[in-house]
Amino acid sequence: MAYSDKVLDHYENPRNVGALDKNDPNVGTGMVGAPACGDVMKLQIKVNEQGVIEDAKFKTYGCGSAIASSSLLTEWVRGKTLEEATSIKNTEIAAELALPPVKIHCSVLAEDAIKAAIADYQAKAAARKNKPANAA
Amino acid sequence: MQADLRKNYFELFGLAAAFDIDPADLAARYRDLARRLHPDKFAARPDPERRLSLQLTARLNEAFQVLKDPIRRGRYLLSLRGVDLGEETDTAMDPAFLMEQMELREALAQARGCADPRTRLAELANDIQRRLAAKLHTLAAQLQQDRSSEARATLREMQFLERSRREIDNLEEELA
Repeated sequence: MAYSDKVLDHYENPRNVGALDKNDPNVGTGMVGAPACGDVMKLQIKVNEQGVIEDAKFKTYGCGSAIASSSLLTEWVRGKTLEEATSIKNTEIAAELALPPVKIHCSVLAEDAIKAAIADYQAKAAARKNKPANAA
Repeated sequence: MQADLRKNYFELFGLAAAFDIDPADLAARYRDLARRLHPDKFAARPDPERRLSLQLTARLNEAFQVLKDPIRRGRYLLSLRGVDLGEETDTAMDPAFLMEQMELREALAQARGCADPRTRLAELANDIQRRLAAKLHTLAAQLQQDRSSEARATLREMQFLERSRREIDNLEEELA
């Protein structure tokens, strides 16, 4: 199967590969997997006090489309508010990368990963709020 | 013969729809059925019968491929029970399991560059084989006791291990 130029570009020069400290209270980690192909994806975001994503990193073990989907997504979410990032749809990723129908699930994986990362960050933030400030 | 087309894979082989299968018995049944349905036997028969023999042979081959592979057999059994694995749509998995898979894939990627890649790959292959065997054991019990949602989770995890196993095969071929 032929990959689109955009997939190849992200596959050969993936953006924002790496990891953030998952114990940092400002970091949200999303971990998802696609049993269909055995792909595993970890996507992390660092959120500042204004609720803006200031950094995003990913690590994906999978096919070129899965790597490209997560790479593109980290580019997109940087500088976005959590609300804006939540509204990104897998179809936008698939369209941007010109993914063929059999690879649509790779973009689903990326969308689910950012949603999971945001949910993780929000759970941490909520736990912090419920805890008295002097407890730490 | 017409009715055979509507049988499920287990029925086609005259087996109960259960996960535990004796591979030798399955293979013997396959050979016997393949011989009886072989298109050569129908060369002198009218067109519809010849077509049917071709269709059934194709279905028999597909059924055999599915039933002899534990992961595919498990998935098929669950589909008969109305359970879909959601392999492309449901990406939520146990985070600890995914973390483990990530580490395993990392180890695989590093094995290529280490001093003795063959030995390292053999170690990893053993480790995966052991995990797969344990999952298979769990799966058999879950399917037998009709714990379908647990069986679904186990099967989904087995697919990741299977993927790593295939990757080791490919790496070993590269090194050969």
